[in-house]
Amino acid sequence: MIELTNIFKNSFNLIFSFNKDLIEIIFLSLKVSFFSLSFSCIFGLPLGAFLAVSKFFGRGLLVLFFNSMMGLPPVFIGLILYVILSASGPLGALQLLYTPKAMIIAQFFLIMPIIVSLTRQSLEEMIVEYDDLLKSLKASTKERMLTILWDSRYSLLTCVLAGLGRSLSEVGAIIIVGGNIAYATRVMTTTIALETSKGNLEIAIALGFVLIFISFLINLLAYLLNNFAKKFSYD
Amino acid sequence: MTKNIFKPLYTNLNSLLSINFNNVSLKLSNKPLFNNLSFKIDSKGISAFIGPNATGKSSCIKLLIGLLKPDSGEVFFSVNEKKRSIGYVPQKIILLRRNVEDNLLHTLSISNYPMNERKKRIKEVLKFLKLEHLAKESARNLSAGHQQLISIIRALIIKPNFLFLDEPCSNLDLKTIAIIENLLKLASRSGVKIIIVTHDLFQAKRLSDEILFFYNGKIFEKNKTKNFFKNPKSKEAKDFKNGLLIK
Repeated sequence: MIELTNIFKNSFNLIFSFNKDLIEIIFLSLKVSFFSLSFSCIFGLPLGAFLAVSKFFGRGLLVLFFNSMMGLPPVFIGLILYVILSASGPLGALQLLYTPKAMIIAQFFLIMPIIVSLTRQSLEEMIVEYDDLLKSLKASTKERMLTILWDSRYSLLTCVLAGLGRSLSEVGAIIIVGGNIAYATRVMTTTIALETSKGNLEIAIALGFVLIFISFLINLLAYLLNNFAKKFSYD
Repeated sequence: MTKNIFKPLYTNLNSLLSINFNNVSLKLSNKPLFNNLSFKIDSKGISAFIGPNATGKSSCIKLLIGLLKPDSGEVFFSVNEKKRSIGYVPQKIILLRRNVEDNLLHTLSISNYPMNERKKRIKEVLKFLKLEHLAKESARNLSAGHQQLISIIRALIIKPNFLFLDEPCSNLDLKTIAIIENLLKLASRSGVKIIIVTHDLFQAKRLSDEILFFYNGKIFEKNKTKNFFKNPKSKEAKDFKNGLLIK
């Protein structure tokens, strides 16, 4: 019991001493999550909207594909990317393996399906309501997509948060393509895994708390934004 | 300005415009609704589609808008798509999750209304109808009457040649109905061809110049309003007028 108390005490000391290594790890985690989430949103939101408004042959299969991708094991994505990015792989010449860029790519493939599927689901309800009006105005597919994306911008925040949650908590894929190299590709989750296996519970727990704190902060921000947005959502 | 506020953009073509149904057949949920339906509506005045429920009035409007496609036959306007515009007010009010001004702006934008005139047009129409105080209000939080008014204004703001309305006054109070009817009369006088689906025979009598009586997916009677109410040609129309034909 005393040992556990000491571990927690040391963890808090580590956090509040603003340990340089810890800060670097936290910063890289946020950077990788930010870029992977941004790229996922850039591609995922329009794709989800397109699937919501369009009817074409194979649409059902595509919806099924993205739904299935949501549950794909991260280590599998990591493994496939490892094969592609390794020196002997088709994209080996780009020398991306064991770089933060590879980690961003891995997380992109993990988050994008979540954004696509949740966006489609959320927008499908709206397009049912709007479609007679938009079609009577002869709105193009692009105009229909933009209309529902704009009108559901506040509810899409939940989809983006789900993506961010996955990105921050992910470890399997980025440890394979990033290699967990100190001062290069070491992020919070991979450090927790490593330090736990080494028995350095103080660092692992300290980073665990930081993760929880960041997650809490983001959700608080989303909650406040949602409440603020309700006043302007015109719903 | 007031007289021409809803004057259609392509007025020079208005005398040439007509709506044609040519041998249209349509099945809905595998049940035949229209079988070789043919008729023509001219470009002037207000035409009212009346008849019992599920006889094809709303489906006719949806075929005209392009929301439904006929199984065979054709629905066409005598002038091509680039030289006419259409306004549509659906049975169920559809307003975007935006304020009134942005709802109108959205329609003008999709209809390619000149960009530098959009805001001016909105201001002009809302001011004319004494509704400028609603411009920044959430459209979906307005009263049912105001929502329907905005829905009709949205259809008219693009200066259409044709305006199709599907039961625009159901569940509205008499005051709002009067405002809407006056608005439609004004639009009609400006040269907008109006087709209205209604169950209110008094409204059809007050508003329309021509009646199309639908029954069992057919048009049993197409007549001047005055003649229809004075002396309907068919037994079915007579029964309907007297409240005896329910279905």
